[in-house]
Amino acid sequence: MTVFQHILIVLGVLFVLLTIAAGLIWVERRLLALWQDRLGPNRAGPLGIFIVVADTLKLFFKEDWIPPFADKWVFVAAPAIVVASVLMSFVIIPFSPVIVIADLNVGLLFFLAMSSLGVYSIVLGGWASNNKYSLLGALRGASQMMAYEVFMGLSLMGVVMLTGSFNLQDIVAAQRSMWFIVYQPLGFILFFIAGVAETHRLPFDIPEAESELIAGYHAEYSGMKFGMFFIGEYLGITLISAMTVTMFFGGWLGPGFLPPWFWFGGKTAIFIGLFILLRASLPRPRYDQLIGFGWKLLLPLVLANLLVTGAVALLLKK
Amino acid sequence: MPTIYIDSKPYEALAGKNLLETCLGLGIDLPYFCWHPALGSVGACRQCAVKVFKDAQDGTGRLVMSCMEMVKEGMRASVSDKDAVAFRAQVIEWLMTNHPHDCPVCDEGGSCHLQDMTVMTGHDYRRFRYKKRTYENQNLGPFLHHEMNRCIQCYRCVRFYHDYAGGKDLGVFAAHNHVYFGRETSGILESPFSGNLVEVCPTGVFTDKLLKEHYTRKWDLASAPSICQHCSLGCNIFTGERYGRLRQITNRYNSEVNGYFLCDKGRFGYAFVNDVNRVTRPLLRNQTIEAVDEAPLMKTLREMLSGEELIGIGSPRASIESNFSLIQLVGRDNFYQGLPEYPAYLSGKVAELVQSGALYVPSLKEIEASDAVLVLGEDIWNTAPVMALAVRQAVVRTAAAQAGKQSGLPAWHDLAVKEATQEKKGFLANLTVCPSPLDEEAAFSLRRAPDTIARLGFAIAHAIDPSLPSLPDISTAMRSIVNSIAGALRSAQHPVIISGVSCYNEGLIKAACTIAAALHTIGLRAGVAYVLPECNSMGLALLHAPSFDNATARVLSKPGVTAIILEADIYRTVAEKEADAFFDACKHIIVLDSMHNRTTQKAHALLPAAAFAETDGTIINYEARAQQYFQVLAPQQDIRASWKWLGKLKGLRAAAGNGQQVHPDEILQQLEQALPAFKGISRVAPSPDFRVHGQPIPRDPQRYSGRTAILANLTVSEPRPPQDTDSPLAFSMEGYPGIPPPALIPFYWAPGWNSNQSVSKYQQEPGGALRDGDPGVLLSGQAVLRLTGEEKPTAPPLFMDIPEAFEAREDRWLLLPQVHLFGSDELSSYTPGIRRLAPQPYIGLGEADATALGVIEGDDIFVWLEGKACSFPLAIRKGLCPGITLLPMGIPGIPVPQWGSWVKITLSEDAEEIRCPSKIF
Amino acid sequence: MLSLLRTIWLVFLHLFHKKATIEYPEEKIPLHPRYRGRIVLTRDPDGQERCVGCYLCAAACPVDCIALQAAEDENGRRYPEFFRINFSRCIFCGYCEDACPTYAIQLIPDVEMAEFHRQDLVFEKEDLLIDSEGKYPGYNYYKIAGITAGVKETGQGANEEPPVDVHSLLP
Repeated sequence: MTVFQHILIVLGVLFVLLTIAAGLIWVERRLLALWQDRLGPNRAGPLGIFIVVADTLKLFFKEDWIPPFADKWVFVAAPAIVVASVLMSFVIIPFSPVIVIADLNVGLLFFLAMSSLGVYSIVLGGWASNNKYSLLGALRGASQMMAYEVFMGLSLMGVVMLTGSFNLQDIVAAQRSMWFIVYQPLGFILFFIAGVAETHRLPFDIPEAESELIAGYHAEYSGMKFGMFFIGEYLGITLISAMTVTMFFGGWLGPGFLPPWFWFGGKTAIFIGLFILLRASLPRPRYDQLIGFGWKLLLPLVLANLLVTGAVALLLKK
Repeated sequence: MPTIYIDSKPYEALAGKNLLETCLGLGIDLPYFCWHPALGSVGACRQCAVKVFKDAQDGTGRLVMSCMEMVKEGMRASVSDKDAVAFRAQVIEWLMTNHPHDCPVCDEGGSCHLQDMTVMTGHDYRRFRYKKRTYENQNLGPFLHHEMNRCIQCYRCVRFYHDYAGGKDLGVFAAHNHVYFGRETSGILESPFSGNLVEVCPTGVFTDKLLKEHYTRKWDLASAPSICQHCSLGCNIFTGERYGRLRQITNRYNSEVNGYFLCDKGRFGYAFVNDVNRVTRPLLRNQTIEAVDEAPLMKTLREMLSGEELIGIGSPRASIESNFSLIQLVGRDNFYQGLPEYPAYLSGKVAELVQSGALYVPSLKEIEASDAVLVLGEDIWNTAPVMALAVRQAVVRTAAAQAGKQSGLPAWHDLAVKEATQEKKGFLANLTVCPSPLDEEAAFSLRRAPDTIARLGFAIAHAIDPSLPSLPDISTAMRSIVNSIAGALRSAQHPVIISGVSCYNEGLIKAACTIAAALHTIGLRAGVAYVLPECNSMGLALLHAPSFDNATARVLSKPGVTAIILEADIYRTVAEKEADAFFDACKHIIVLDSMHNRTTQKAHALLPAAAFAETDGTIINYEARAQQYFQVLAPQQDIRASWKWLGKLKGLRAAAGNGQQVHPDEILQQLEQALPAFKGISRVAPSPDFRVHGQPIPRDPQRYSGRTAILANLTVSEPRPPQDTDSPLAFSMEGYPGIPPPALIPFYWAPGWNSNQSVSKYQQEPGGALRDGDPGVLLSGQAVLRLTGEEKPTAPPLFMDIPEAFEAREDRWLLLPQVHLFGSDELSSYTPGIRRLAPQPYIGLGEADATALGVIEGDDIFVWLEGKACSFPLAIRKGLCPGITLLPMGIPGIPVPQWGSWVKITLSEDAEEIRCPSKIF
Repeated sequence: MLSLLRTIWLVFLHLFHKKATIEYPEEKIPLHPRYRGRIVLTRDPDGQERCVGCYLCAAACPVDCIALQAAEDENGRRYPEFFRINFSRCIFCGYCEDACPTYAIQLIPDVEMAEFHRQDLVFEKEDLLIDSEGKYPGYNYYKIAGITAGVKETGQGANEEPPVDVHSLLP
C-alpha cells in the first residue's frame, strides 16, 4: 500500500464516519417516530433526509455562547476530546480485509484505551460549565464509566482467549468457521450492555438525564460545541456497533457475492438500529440501580464467563 | 365615644351616628340603597338589615334596619347573623324580580351600586318566573338618559333632586308596585344639579348622555384627580380618559369644597377638550402653510423674542404655574391681566381683603353649616351654582337642626326631621338684581340696583352697629327689612355674607365687609365669601398685576413690543375697539391657547396650549384654596402645557437656552420664593418623585382592558406608554394599588365596591374628611394665621364710602351683565347640550320700563354699544328695577360692552333717543 | 428481564403499525365544533350584529388583546364602532366567549390563520363579523333585554308585562 492510498483510506473513513454520524440524526428521528406510531421528519427533501442539512446549518449558525462563569479553555476543549477519542478508536476497525487504517497487534487494547478517554470530555465539560446540574452529570458519568469500563474489557477477553490475539483482523479471520456469538453469547450481551453504558445512550443516559439534570454535563453548551457532543454520541454508537460486529458477528465476513465492506456496514447498521430501538422502548433506571447492576450483577457474570471460557479453552487444547 | 359590639367584637363608635354609617366607617361591608351620607336615612329599601341584641345573654335578637338605628353605648349587633343575611338576600331578590336583563347595554354596569350589592348579598339566580314590569321612558334633555325599567324604587333620585337640590320637576308618580320616577311629561330637567342623579341613582335609571356618545366602562377609564375649571369654586372632579379622549367627569369628594355633588356645567362642560376647534399645531401666520415644525417655529420665536421688549398678558383661567412662568419670562413689571381696569380692580380688591387675614372666608362646607346667609348682589345660582346648593343646605339644615333639637331627632333621620321641620326655614336674605331660584328659600328676597343693594348692606351694618354711619333716606318699609336682616344676622352663630364681582360694583364688596366688621363688634365671626368670575381669578388677582388698560396705554405710548397672551380670549373681556388698538400697536403677538378664538386669529405665532385634562396645574379658588389638577390625557400632536411652552421661550430668550425641563412643583417653589403671598402653595400635592413603596400611583384601574390592542391598528408592537415626569401618577395599571394620598386619588374603587359609593372607604367616616385630610392648601390670610397659631379675631376693615343711591335716568340705562350658568362660560359652551340650553342674545328690561317704552316680550330693541346700535329681542325680567338693562354675558353675537356703563336704548336704528319717565327709586 | 425483551419486541413491532400522524396540510384535521380557534362576531337571527359593545370580553381577556368602542344607533341599539382583536397576542383561552352575554363573540374550529407579518394578525370588525348565528342559533339578546333598541315595543319583549300606566292608582 502506498502512502497515497493510505491517506485516501484515512480520508475516506473519516468522511464516511462523519456522514454516518450526521445521517444518524435523521435515522434516529425517523426510527423513533416510527416506533412511536409517528412519521418523523418527512418534509425536507426525499423522505425528509435534508433535515440533516437543516439541523447542521442550525447548529452552525446558533450563537456559540460561552457562559461568563465557565472555565473558558476547558469548556472549549471538552467537546473536542469526545470526538477525537471516538474517531481515534476507529483506527483499528477492519472495515474490510484491506480497509483498515492501523492494523495494530494490540488493536483491542487501543480501542479500550481510547473509549475510556471519552469520559474526560464529560468530566471536564461538566466541571467547566460551573453549574450544579452539569457537575452532577459529570460525577455520574465518571462513576458510570468506572463501573462499566471494567467488565467491558473483561467481556471481550473471552474472544481474545478463543483467538489468542488482540489484533482485530486476526479475530475476524478466526470467525471464518463460526461467529463468536455462538461461543460467547454471554460475552456479547455483556459487551453490548457495557457499550450502551459507555456511549451513555438511553436507557443508560444517566449523566444527561433531562428529567432530573436538565441535560447534565452539556446543559450550558450550545451551537457547534453542543454539536460536537452530539456527533461524539453518534460516532460512539457506530463504534460500539462496529466493534460488536467485529468481535462477535464475523466482521466483514460474508458470502462472496457482495463486497466485504457491505457485509460489515450492513451488520453495523442492524446494531445501530438496536441502539435506537433500546432508546425507544426502555425507561431509564435510577442512578444507584444502574451502578449496583454493573458492580453486583454484571461484573460477577463477566468473571464467570471468563472463567468458563478459559476452562473450556484449556480443556479443548488438551 | 360609645363602645359597640358588632359580631361580638368591640369597636369605638361616634355617638349620634346610625349603625349603618358606623359599620361602613369601620370598614364592615353592609349593603344599602336608600341611605346616602348627604341625604340621610329613611329606612325604605330594607337592605341594610342587621340583628340587634338586648344584651350579651340575648341569643335571639331582632332584625332592625341599621340605617335607622342610633349607636348606643354597649350596643350589640350582628351583621353576619344568619337571619340578617337571609333577610338581606331575600330583599335583594325581591328588588331584582323586575330588574331587566340589561347590564350589557347599561351605562351603569361596572360602576353600579346595585351590581355590587347583589354580589355582596350573594343573589345570583332569578327564581321568580313571572313577567317583568316595564315603563315608558322620558326624554330628560341633553344630559340625562332615562331608563325606568331598571328602577328599584329606592327614592334616592327625588330625595336628592327635590329635597336636597330644590328641583320641582322630578317627582314620583303612580303607586305601590309601579311607582314611577320622572317628570310629568318628557322635557329638559330644570335643575342645574340634575347630573348628580347619575351618581345618586344606585342603578342605571339615570345615566350620563354625554358618556353614552363615547361610552366607556369605568374599569376602562384612565382617571386622574382634577379641579373643575368653570367657576371660582374649584370643585374637585375626576377626569376619565379612553383612546386619547376625555370621556367623563365625575365627582371627587372633598368635604371642604364640593362634598358629593357637582353642577351640570362642571360635570358636562368638558367637551371643549375633544373639540375640533382645538389648536393642535403651532401656527405662524401669514405664510402658505401656517402649521410649522419645531425648528422653524423656534427660529421665528427666537427672532420675536430676542432684543424686543416683552409684555405678558396673564389669564384668570390658566394655572398659577403658567401665569408665574409668564412673569418669569417677561418680568414682573411687564405682566398685565387680560381684564379691563374696573373688573381687575374689583378682583384685586377681593384678593387684598382675602389676603389681609382680617376676613374669615368660609368654605362651602362652612357655608352649608351656617345659620344665616345674606347674599349681596351676586347671582350665585348662575355664577357659583354649587355655592347656591350649599346656601340651600344652610337654609334647610338650620331649620332641621332647630327641629331636631326640639324633638331630639338625629340629623340623619331624614323623614322624621322633615316632618318635624315642616315648612320652617333657616335665614336667607337674597338681595340681587335679578330673580333667582334661591328666592324660594329666602326669608327676604329683593330686586334692586347694585348701588341700592350696597346701601342696604351699609344700612344693615348700621343696624347691627349703630356707631356706623346711618342712611337717613331709606324708606320705612325698607328699614324694617333691614332691621329684620340685621336681627337675624345678630342672633345667628355662624352668619355668612356672600357677594361678588359680577355686578361690577365696588360698593357691594365693601358693604359685605362692613357688615362683617359690624358683626365683629358684637363678637360674631361672620364669614364673607366673594364669588369671582373664573377658576383662577383669585390666583391672578393675588399676583396684583395692572389691568389690560395699562398694557394698552403702554403699548400705544411705546410701540414695538412683543406681547405674549396667555390662554385668554381678550375679545371676550375687553371691548373690540380697545383690543384691536392693542393688537395693532404690538410688533409681535405670541398667543398660547387651547381653542381657536378671535385673539388667536391676531397671533403672529400661535402655540397650542394644553387644556386642563392634558397637564398638571394649580388653581386658586374664591377662598384662596390652592388645589392641583393632574393630567389624564397624553396631549396629541404638538400640544404642550403653557408653562412648558413659556419655559422654552425663556430658554430662547436667554442666549444660552439650556432647555431644561422644569416640573410644576419647582415652579411653585420659585413662586413661593418670589411672592410671599403664595407661601405654602408648594405643599398642594406630593412632588413628582413621590412614591409609595417605590411605586407610582396608577391612573388605570386594575381591570383596564385592551392594552395590547388599542394601538395595534397602527403598530402591532405596543409602544411604551407615555411617561409622566411631572406628577407621581403613572399612565399605567401598574403601581401602588392601595389608597394614595388624598391629593392623588385617581378614582374611587374598593374590592366589592365598583361604584362611586366606594368613596366611604377613602373617608375617615362616611361624609367626613378624606383620610389624611382633604387636599388643597389655603392661602388666605386667616388660614396663614391659623397655621402659625396667631389666629386672633382681627376686625374686618370698615368702609365708610357709601355709594350714592341708584337713580334711573331718563335717557340712559345702566348696563349690567346677566351671567347664565349655561352659555356665559367660554369653554363649557363647547358642549352641545350646554349650547342648547344657553340663551339666544336678548336684552333684558324690567316690566315697568317695558311698559313705559311700550314694547312687549320679543320686540327688537336697539342698544347703543360703542356708538353702534345692536338689535336684540326684548326679554322682560320680572322684578328688575327700572333704569337697568341686562345683556347676557359671553353669548356669541353680543359685542363686549363696558359693563356698568350707561347705555342708550332706541326702538329703531335711526330713531331719536327715547326718554323714559322712569320713577326714581 | 424477559419483560424488557418483550417490551423491546413490542416496540419493534410498532414499525408496522398504522401511523397516527395526520399529514397536514395535505390532509385536514377534523376539529370538534367547540374547538377554540379563530374568534368571530356573529349575528342575530334578524341579521343584525349581536355585539352590544359591553366591554366584558375585553375585561375578561387575560392578555388584553381586545379593544372596542361602543356606539348607539338612532333606536338605541348598541353596536361596536370598532372591534379590534390583536391575534398576535391572543391565547385562544375562550374567556371572551364565556364572558359574552349576547353570544356575539364565539371561537370557531378554524386554526388556519398564520401570517407572515405580525401586523396582519390585527383583525378589525370587518374581519371578525360573519353572516351566521354561530353555535347558538335563534338567540336574540334584545328580545329579553329591558331596553327596546328598535327591536320591540316597550313591554313586548319575552317575559315582559305591558308598560305601566303611571296615571293609574289601581292595584
